[in-house]
Amino acid sequence: MANTYQLSRESLTSLFGALRKDGRRILAPVESDGRIGLGEVEAPAQVAGDYLQTIMSAKEVAFPKVERLLSYTITPGQVDLKDAEPKAAPTVLFGVRPCEAKAFGALDAVFNWDYRDKFFNARLEKLAVIGLSCTKADEACFCTSVGGGPADTAGSDILLTPVADGYLAEVLTEKGTAILNLASDLFKPGNGVDKVAVAAKVEAAFDQPALTAKLPGMFDSEVWVDQSLRCIGCGACAFVCPTCVCFDIQEEADPKQGERLRCWDSCGFHMFTLHASGHNPREVQSARWRQRIYHKFSYYPQRYDQLGCVGCGKCTRACPVDMNLKEHLTEAAGVTA
Amino acid sequence: MEALKQRAIELLEKGEVKAVLGYAKGTGQARRAFFARQPGQVDKLVLDEACTQNLAAYATKHEVKKLGRVAIVAPPATQRALIQLMAERQLRDGDLAILAVDEGAIKELGSAAALEEHLALKAQGLDAKDKTLLAKLDAMSREDRWAYWQNEFSRCMKCYACRNSCPMCYCEHCTMDCNRPQWVPVASHSIGNLEYHMVRTMHLAGRCVECGDCGRACPVGIPVHLLTISAEETVHELFGQRAGAKAKLDYALSTFKTDDKESFIR
Amino acid sequence: MAEPFEPKITAFVCNWCTYAGADLTGTSRIKYQSNVRVLRVPCTGRIDYMMVLKALHKGADGIIVSGCHPNDCHYTSGNYHARRRWMVFKKMMEVMGVDMRRITFSWVSAAEGARWAQLVNEVTDQVRALGPYSEFRQIVGAGIE
Repeated sequence: MANTYQLSRESLTSLFGALRKDGRRILAPVESDGRIGLGEVEAPAQVAGDYLQTIMSAKEVAFPKVERLLSYTITPGQVDLKDAEPKAAPTVLFGVRPCEAKAFGALDAVFNWDYRDKFFNARLEKLAVIGLSCTKADEACFCTSVGGGPADTAGSDILLTPVADGYLAEVLTEKGTAILNLASDLFKPGNGVDKVAVAAKVEAAFDQPALTAKLPGMFDSEVWVDQSLRCIGCGACAFVCPTCVCFDIQEEADPKQGERLRCWDSCGFHMFTLHASGHNPREVQSARWRQRIYHKFSYYPQRYDQLGCVGCGKCTRACPVDMNLKEHLTEAAGVTA
Repeated sequence: MEALKQRAIELLEKGEVKAVLGYAKGTGQARRAFFARQPGQVDKLVLDEACTQNLAAYATKHEVKKLGRVAIVAPPATQRALIQLMAERQLRDGDLAILAVDEGAIKELGSAAALEEHLALKAQGLDAKDKTLLAKLDAMSREDRWAYWQNEFSRCMKCYACRNSCPMCYCEHCTMDCNRPQWVPVASHSIGNLEYHMVRTMHLAGRCVECGDCGRACPVGIPVHLLTISAEETVHELFGQRAGAKAKLDYALSTFKTDDKESFIR
Repeated sequence: MAEPFEPKITAFVCNWCTYAGADLTGTSRIKYQSNVRVLRVPCTGRIDYMMVLKALHKGADGIIVSGCHPNDCHYTSGNYHARRRWMVFKKMMEVMGVDMRRITFSWVSAAEGARWAQLVNEVTDQVRALGPYSEFRQIVGAGIE
């Protein structure tokens, strides 16, 4: 249903103004001390100029690193329980990459699987995504190997692709149309520019369907042991990942009051599967590394009919010991089972 | 480099070691840890300025110990970490074949004594950038310093890359992972982050070999290494002890002198 | 009119000297300010710096850490070990930007009842003048969505 328009560079200022007037906050990649991260902006000039990607993913907007689920106070003979209400402000995510926009689908699959998570949904409902196609990629990128692409529309409400004098704007969803209606005079009729021509070229690195098909048969392969020998078992990959959804529930309480918090967790941690008995079903780092790959490329497709990876490469860039996911998946895909 | 490769091949061929742990080319310009387990893999080893990771962090890992005896490529900071691990009885003299590299020169050090002697010849200096940052922090008012760290820690997500990259953080059971009692909150909120970094700093005081790997490991660029470096400098100033110099050590915070200065006590 | 600010002071004291000293203050009927909450531990060597951090976390405006004078430790050397740790701890806290005027280290023996009263009064007055430790309070509960 994509309706394609032209949007001039200058008109973004008016668009930002219209969004803010509508009561929405705008989050966009901004630069601070040489790092690119999401920050609130008022005008397009504040958006980082030439960025590949943010370090952290946009998932924090819908799934923050620490959030309160409930709180309570205890007085003699009585417990007063209070459900937390999600602080969901109308938000526009501007300039996120197509891979990250798509990642909300993978989060949605888990948060609305057998239980509708009120916190995630409240935030997602008020979120509109204006994606921005990539015109460059780096060695960590592999979106095209996992069914995405540098100008892929999945997950965006509006997708912008930079062209000579502005942007090609594809209005993709009802939320996108609502934004268009806020400033319809800015959106000029499209002139048929081919977005593929301007988008980054990302070569497919491996055959993902074939990898997914062979994973069940290579559970005991040495390849996981070899690859993970240098893994130090931190959670950097999972925490920057736009699709990693695992969380831990923590109770912070004293005898008079307490609260229940939901915090990011990572399957890379040795504690993740440690039982109270002391037994750990994933005792070694290779089992944890394998789990990370299987979850994204085997269990996710089985359970949700989609991948748990969008090929953004954030994990690779964040990894202190250079675990390159694209390279390791390519290697695994080449293993003869 | 050729000398290193040659020696690595010899060690593997003679069966003196099961693996040579060094650096190989990684993503883009990055270098990464690499375990050469057959002589044919030695060719992948590289050695240049981009090889910064402190490989001593692997020396205490179960997975690596299980390989058998390992040779380790050790620039100065790694050498210091290895000797400190010996001082803390995490490595035994001779557990590893140490291929010490100093500005390109390779020297194989077979014993703790040789390593100690080798290290004694070198002055330990801080990185110029870190020196500037430390001086900047020192010159700040207390309120500004507090604000500075609160701002930095606001990006912390407790991924524990700083802890896990540290050669001296070898504990089987880190206090961060203990919940009976739970001293430090698991959550990565403001107080949880502050307490985590305070504990990490205290636990590395007098043990930090100042390699800076924790700071490099941080995906969100928090200069956490400044904390452990300043704690290390404090211990050096107060008690004249340096981590990573001696293979046998009475750790400054496990001992005392009756005349330790106590001007701060009211 | 608002109530004047009364600081909460947490005191970590060893069983053998300072606690006994504080007891002597009481039996000697020496009056001192009631802002202090005394927590008795076996020895200053037992006073993990985490206890101090938790006290700040849970709402203390000021902290007293006190035990036997050097050479008087019931366990011979607990206070010497503690003293070294405090030196490093103090510096770490300064690097972090914590207001160290809120944390006082002292030695009070079992015979120094008057000294205990004086210490508590001095610390209470000082912390009262500094006001509530709102800088620390502000970060407790912050960073949660």
